[in-house]
Amino acid sequence: MSGADLLDLFMHFASLSLLAIGGALATSPEMNRYLVDERAWLSTAQFNDSIAIAQAAPGPNILFVTLLGWQVGGVAGAVATTVGQLLPSSLVTLACWRWKSAREDAPLVAAIRLGLSPIAIGLTASAGWVIAAGANGGDPALWAMTAVAALVVWRTRVNLLWLVGAGALLGAFGIVG
Amino acid sequence: MTDATGAPPPAAAGERPRPASLTELFLVFSALALRGFGGVLPWAQRVLVDDRRWLTREEFVEMLAFGQLLPGPNVCNVALMVGDRWFGWRGALAALGGMLAAPCVVVLALAVLYGQMADDPVARRALVGMGAVAGGMILGTALRLATTQRGRWPWLAVGALAFAAVALLRIKLAWVVLGIGPAAVVAAWYANRRRAGEGGR
Repeated sequence: MSGADLLDLFMHFASLSLLAIGGALATSPEMNRYLVDERAWLSTAQFNDSIAIAQAAPGPNILFVTLLGWQVGGVAGAVATTVGQLLPSSLVTLACWRWKSAREDAPLVAAIRLGLSPIAIGLTASAGWVIAAGANGGDPALWAMTAVAALVVWRTRVNLLWLVGAGALLGAFGIVG
Repeated sequence: MTDATGAPPPAAAGERPRPASLTELFLVFSALALRGFGGVLPWAQRVLVDDRRWLTREEFVEMLAFGQLLPGPNVCNVALMVGDRWFGWRGALAALGGMLAAPCVVVLALAVLYGQMADDPVARRALVGMGAVAGGMILGTALRLATTQRGRWPWLAVGALAFAAVALLRIKLAWVVLGIGPAAVVAAWYANRRRAGEGGR
């Protein structure tokens, strides 16, 4: 992969960075168009597998971007996509956060805190719902497992790894699903 | 010295616990990210609020709200804010680096294994079971955070509206944020002003 290609890769992901409100998956259709259709650097299967792997693995799902870059151009490609994806949004986030932190008592900051907090909670719940709905379909046993996991996290401080392990085992042995 | 996953040393009374060094920040974020199967958020809440007590629940919700409104991955944005709070940009870099470095290696290793695992029915079923639990864990985290809104019925309704729009109506998240967000901030502005006015008289 040439230096010009790497720069193009970096610039493309950097240009998508600020559009990724609510996560980079929102801009994945455009990444797909660029990497698969326009440049033909990846196949559709490679692209979709990258998202699936990053979601199954521990860590933030943004790492699917790293995986895309790695498949396109090795370590240099991974750095280009990851830094491109995160640098602009991180700078904006830090700038806004510092602006806010310097004005804790300003009416606008108080209004942002009061008004946006419930939305953040609602969006978090919807993220959980969408993941559960995708995994569970119409299976009542899987939904029961989702409900138990929600209840345990809500009400107790049990180590969350037990929950994940139980989910994997019950699924693997075909007890649920 | 405790290890990255161990309990924090007991803080003196009245003193808020905080990360002692950039290294500790990096290690704590590495540890919580590496446990984040199907989502880092439940672990971030558990470790930063419940275990380490670096943040109150209210502070965590506020950071999350900013992280969702602004571009970029929510949990990465939260990491930047947490790091910046105590160590400036170096802290932001340490926290974000911790969040990404070790999981990055795991993801690349999994990608190599994936070719052999993708069609294995046992692995596939295990992933479905993990997905069911992961979704539940995030829902439970939302319920836990909702206790910060106790007694604020109109605001709980705003949260429920955001949930319904994204989860049930499947409206694009960016539209929901840009649509409900400014309206909620304006409503909160007037609510705060009215309360201040009443308090002043």
